[in-house]
Amino acid sequence: MKPAAFDYLRASSVAEAVEHLASWGDRARVIAGGQSLMPMLNFRMLEPELLIDIASIPALAGIAIDGTSVVVGAAVTQADLLAWPALARELPLVAQALPWVGHFQTRNRGTVCGSIAHSDPSSELPLCLATLEGEVELTSARGVRRVSAAQFQLGMLSTAREPDELITAVRFPRATAGAGTAFREVARRHGDFAIVALAGVAQGASTRLGVGGVAGKPTVHDFGTLAGSDLEAELNAFAWDLEGTDDIHATARYRRELVRRLGREIIEEARRCRS
Amino acid sequence: MPVNGLPGNRCRLRRASHDSYILHVLHDAHVPRKDPSLNAPVDPSVATDRFVGQSIERVEDLSLLTGSALFGDDMPVRGNTLYAAILRSPHAHAEILSIDTSQALARPGVAAVITGPEVKAASDPFIVGVKAPIDDWALAIDRVRYVGEPVALVVAADRYLAEDAVNAIEVEYRTLPIEADPRTALREGATLLHPACGSNVVHERDFSYGDPDQTFATAPHRIALEVEYPRVLCSPMEGYVVVADHNAAEDSYDVVANFQGPFSVLTVVPRALRVAGNKFRLRTPPNSGGSFGAKLAIFPYIVLICLASKRTRRPVKWVEDRLEHIAAAGSGPHRITNIEAAVGRDGEILALSCDHLEEYGALLRAPMPGPLYRMHGVTTGAYGIRHLKIRNRIVLTNKVPVSLVRGFGGPQIYFALERLVQRIATELGLDPLDVIRRNLVPADAFPYRTAAGALLDSGDFQKALDNALESGGYAALMARREAARAEGRHYGIGFACASEPGVSNMGYLSTLLPLAVRRKAGPKDGAIGTATVAVDGNGQVTVVSDSTPQGQGHRTVLAQIVADELGLTPDEISVNVELDTAKDGWSIASGNYASRFAASTANAAYLAAGRVRRKLAAIAAKQLGVDPEDLNFRGGKIFPMTAPERSVAFYRIAGMAHWSPGSLPEGTAPGLRETVQWNPAQLTPPTDDDGINTSLTYGFIFDFCGVEIDRITGEVRVDKYVTMHDSGRILNPALAEGQVHGALGQAFGATLYEHFQHDENGALLTGTFADYLVPTAMEIPPTVLLHQETPSPFTPLGTKGMGEGNSMTTPACIGNAVADALGIRDVKLPITPVRLAELLHGEEPPRPARRKPA
Repeated sequence: MKPAAFDYLRASSVAEAVEHLASWGDRARVIAGGQSLMPMLNFRMLEPELLIDIASIPALAGIAIDGTSVVVGAAVTQADLLAWPALARELPLVAQALPWVGHFQTRNRGTVCGSIAHSDPSSELPLCLATLEGEVELTSARGVRRVSAAQFQLGMLSTAREPDELITAVRFPRATAGAGTAFREVARRHGDFAIVALAGVAQGASTRLGVGGVAGKPTVHDFGTLAGSDLEAELNAFAWDLEGTDDIHATARYRRELVRRLGREIIEEARRCRS
Repeated sequence: MPVNGLPGNRCRLRRASHDSYILHVLHDAHVPRKDPSLNAPVDPSVATDRFVGQSIERVEDLSLLTGSALFGDDMPVRGNTLYAAILRSPHAHAEILSIDTSQALARPGVAAVITGPEVKAASDPFIVGVKAPIDDWALAIDRVRYVGEPVALVVAADRYLAEDAVNAIEVEYRTLPIEADPRTALREGATLLHPACGSNVVHERDFSYGDPDQTFATAPHRIALEVEYPRVLCSPMEGYVVVADHNAAEDSYDVVANFQGPFSVLTVVPRALRVAGNKFRLRTPPNSGGSFGAKLAIFPYIVLICLASKRTRRPVKWVEDRLEHIAAAGSGPHRITNIEAAVGRDGEILALSCDHLEEYGALLRAPMPGPLYRMHGVTTGAYGIRHLKIRNRIVLTNKVPVSLVRGFGGPQIYFALERLVQRIATELGLDPLDVIRRNLVPADAFPYRTAAGALLDSGDFQKALDNALESGGYAALMARREAARAEGRHYGIGFACASEPGVSNMGYLSTLLPLAVRRKAGPKDGAIGTATVAVDGNGQVTVVSDSTPQGQGHRTVLAQIVADELGLTPDEISVNVELDTAKDGWSIASGNYASRFAASTANAAYLAAGRVRRKLAAIAAKQLGVDPEDLNFRGGKIFPMTAPERSVAFYRIAGMAHWSPGSLPEGTAPGLRETVQWNPAQLTPPTDDDGINTSLTYGFIFDFCGVEIDRITGEVRVDKYVTMHDSGRILNPALAEGQVHGALGQAFGATLYEHFQHDENGALLTGTFADYLVPTAMEIPPTVLLHQETPSPFTPLGTKGMGEGNSMTTPACIGNAVADALGIRDVKLPITPVRLAELLHGEEPPRPARRKPA
C-alpha cells in the first residue's frame, strides 16, 4: 500500500499551478487536502507523474461574498467553511450538510473544492452545489470559465474539468429571504458514504429535492407545490428514474424506499422552514 | 449486594481512575444511586493496604499516551535490513502455470524474489490438526486456493521498491471451479480444495451424552432453529510485523514478531524451517497495537520471512498493511448450526441437539478447528441439560483460512443456543426469563459437571440474574416497550446468558480424535501458566510473564499481585512482558488467548511471589529470632505481627540472599528468583466417553437489552443494554471494565455492522474499511455494566478468565430483541437495515408506466 513514485510541486500561485497543468496535463494531479487522492495513490489506482499541491496558494484560501454568491476558494477546508461565522445565514443547507461530510479529522484537511473535484456520487457537497444550482470556477492558462453544477458533474468521479484546468473556487448562491432548507442522510455508520443523501430547498412555488448516493451524480427535481398522493406519485417516479443499483451496503429497492419516504419528509420539512 | 457489584470497600478507593469507573456505572440513568457510602471521604490510611481489587492506574499508559511506546514496527533493526512485499492471488482458485520474475528482479533495489518452488525446496509444509492431507506452505505451491493467498515474495532495499517489483511479476493462472458456499462445497462432486483429501469435508464426528434420542422421542415438544454465524474480523489497529535474521554460522533464526500465542502453534515454525526448536528464537515487542486473536495467524509469514533472510543473508523485515490484513489475515469461521431442543411443558430443556457445519476456508491451520471444540464442554451453556447430541463437520472452501477471533467458538454456539431459548419461550407462550430460570444450573450444584464434561467451577446464576434485572431497570424497560408499542413503534426486549470459559485445556482438541487414535497419541491435558519473580541485591523486584499481552494491562495487574505478596507498592515492581523464547520461562500454553491471563499467568505470578516471600520470611525470621509464619510484609518492611516496631527493611533481607548466601538459614538456596509453572489439576484429558473439561474457569454472563427499529430505514437503535458479569475475583476493576467494553464494541460490530464477505466467485467484497464496517465510537450505545464476584475454587487467586464474554452473548441478546420487536423467527447476522427494511416496507409501488426507460 505504497504509492508509485511521483514528483511533487508546491505551487505558490494559481499562475504557477496552471502553467504546470498546461504542460503536464493528465499526467499531473492536483492535491489540496488529499483525503480522497492519497488513498487512491496508496492503492495505486492512480499513478500520476506529478502532484501539484495548491493548499498553500494564498489567493485560494478565502471565503468571500460576491454579489448573490458565496465564493469558496480551492484551499478552503471543510472545517474552515463549517467555522465560517456567516455560514448558517448565507448557506443554511451547507451548514446542515457539512457535519455529515466524513469526520472532523478528515474535514480538517479535506477541502470543499476537492470534494467537488472528486465528484463522488454520494458526497454531500456536490449534492448541495447541485441542489442550490451553484457554479464551479475553472482556471487555466487559457483563462477563467464558470460551469453550472449540473453541467460540471458528468457522472461517477467524472467532471467537465479539462486536464489543464484548476478548480479555483466554487460559488454557492446565497440564501434568499423566505427560503426553507432540509438535509438528511442515511449511511451505515456516521461519516460513511451516503446510501441516500437528501437535500431540500423550498422557496415560493418551488420545492427542489436533490438526491445523492443513488444515481451516478446528484440528481435534482423540482416538486413545485405537489402534495398528498400527487407528491407520492411524483416521488415514486423520481425514485425509479434514479436507476439506483444494488451494492454491498444497500439494495436498489432500499434506496428507492428511502427516496420515497425520506424524500417526502425532506420536502415537507423544507416547506415548513419556509418563512 | 452493592448496587454496582464492585469488589471491596469503596471507602478505601483513592485513585481517580477508579472513582470515575464507579461514577460511570452509577451515572447511567437507569441505575438508581443507592449506596450513600460512595460519597464518603476517602480514608488514605487504609488505601494502600492491598492493591489487588483496586483500579490503580495502568503503568502502560504514560508511554502509550505520550507516543513513546515501542511497537513491532518501531523495534530497531540492523542497518543492512531488507524489506519484503508480497504478491497475492487475485483468484479464488487457480493453477499456477508459470511465474516470470525476471522483470521484477531487474528493478532497482531488488535483492530476491521467492516463489513456491523455492519454498517447497527449502521448507516443510505446516502440520494440520485433523488427520487430513491438507497441503499448506508459506507460499502457494502450484495452486492458489483463495483471493489474497501469498504467491511470491519480493525482498528489496525498501518497501516502495519492493511493491514496485511486486507489480512487475507476471503470473500465468488457469482458473478452476470455485467452492465458496459451505452448503455446496460438502456435496458429492464438488470441486476439491485438496484432492488428496477426497472430500472438502475434512472432519466429521458425532457425540452423544446421556440418552438424547430417547429423550427427544418422548418429549412433549421439539423446537428447532437453523442459525448462521458469519465470518467476522478482529480489526486490530496494528497488523503483523516480522523481522527475521538468519545466522548462517549456526543455522539459527532470531525473529522479532508480534505473535501472541498460543505457543503450541509456534512449534510448527522451526519444524517448517527444518531446524530444532532451540535454533529458533522469537522475541515479542514490548507493546501491541491490539490483536483480539488476529496475531496468531502471523506464523506462516514468520516462516516466509525467515526463508527470505536465509536466502539473502540479510535481516528481512515485513510489515503487513491494511489491505493485506483484511484480505488474508483470516477471520472467524462461518458456522451453520441446526439446533433442536426436546422441551418439557414448563419449558425445561430435556435434551439438546446441535448439528454444526463449520467452514474454515482453504486451509486448516493450527490451532484449527479450535472454535468447533473450544466450547464443547459448555455446548449446553449455563443450563443443566443432561442429554446432548453433537455432530461436528468441517468443510473447506475457496476463502481465506480461518484464524482466531475473540470469542472463538462462543459467539457461534451461544447465538444458536440463546436464540433457541427465545424460540422455546415464543412457541410455548412462556416468559423467556422463566425458560432461562427453569434451566439454569442451580446455585447449590457447583462444581457442576455438564453433560459434555465441563466442570463449572462456581457461580450463583439465579442471584446474578435477579440482581441484573433489578439494578438494570428491567421493570422500567418493559414499561418502555409497552409505551413504544402503544405508539405503533417497533420495540423489543432480548435476553442472553452464557457460561464464559477461561484458560483452555490443551487437550480439548484431542476430543476431535476417535478414542483409539487418542490412546495411540497419548494424553494431552492441562494448561501451564508461567511467571518469574526476582529480587536483586538491592531489594528491587522484577516480574516476567508468559502472557504476551495485547494491550490489556498485564504489567499493571502483575505488579498489583506481587506488590501485595511482598508488602510493596505496584510502582516498586518492574514488570517485563516481552517474551524471549530463548531466555524466558514459557510453555506450549503460553500466550494471549482463551482468556487465560487472570486465571493462569496471574496465578503463576502470585505463587512465584509467595515462594519469594517465604524465602525472605525464612531469612528475616532467623535474624529476628521469630517463626517465619509470624512475619508480616508491609510498607517495604518485614516485621513480627505481634511486634511491628521490630521491623527490618525488605531490601536488607533481600540483599542478604545475594550478598551473604553463607549466612542464610540452613536449607535456603542462594539468590532470589522464583519461576512457577502452574498447572491446574482440573484440566484432564478427554474421557473415554468423550467428556472434556474444555476450560479451567467458567464465568457467568446475563445480558438484556431493549432495541427500537426505525420504521423507515430499518436501522436498529440499541436503546438500553445491560450486562451482568460474574468473572470470579476481579484483580483490577477498571481493566476488567475495559475488557467488557471492548468485547461489547466488537459484538455490536458483529451483530449490526461487520460481515467479512466474498462473492459467489470467491472475490473479496469487503477489502477496505469503507466496505468492512467496524463500528466507531458513534455507533456504540451506552451500556450498563454490573458485576458479581463468585471466586473460583480452582485458582489460587479465585480469579476466572474474562474479556470475551460479550462477544458471545451480545449477538444473541440483540438478535432476540429484534425478533421480539418484529415478531420474527429467523434473525440473520449482521442485522442490517436493508434486511429489516425488507420486512417493514411491504409491497413496493411499481415503476410508473410512463417512466419506463426506452
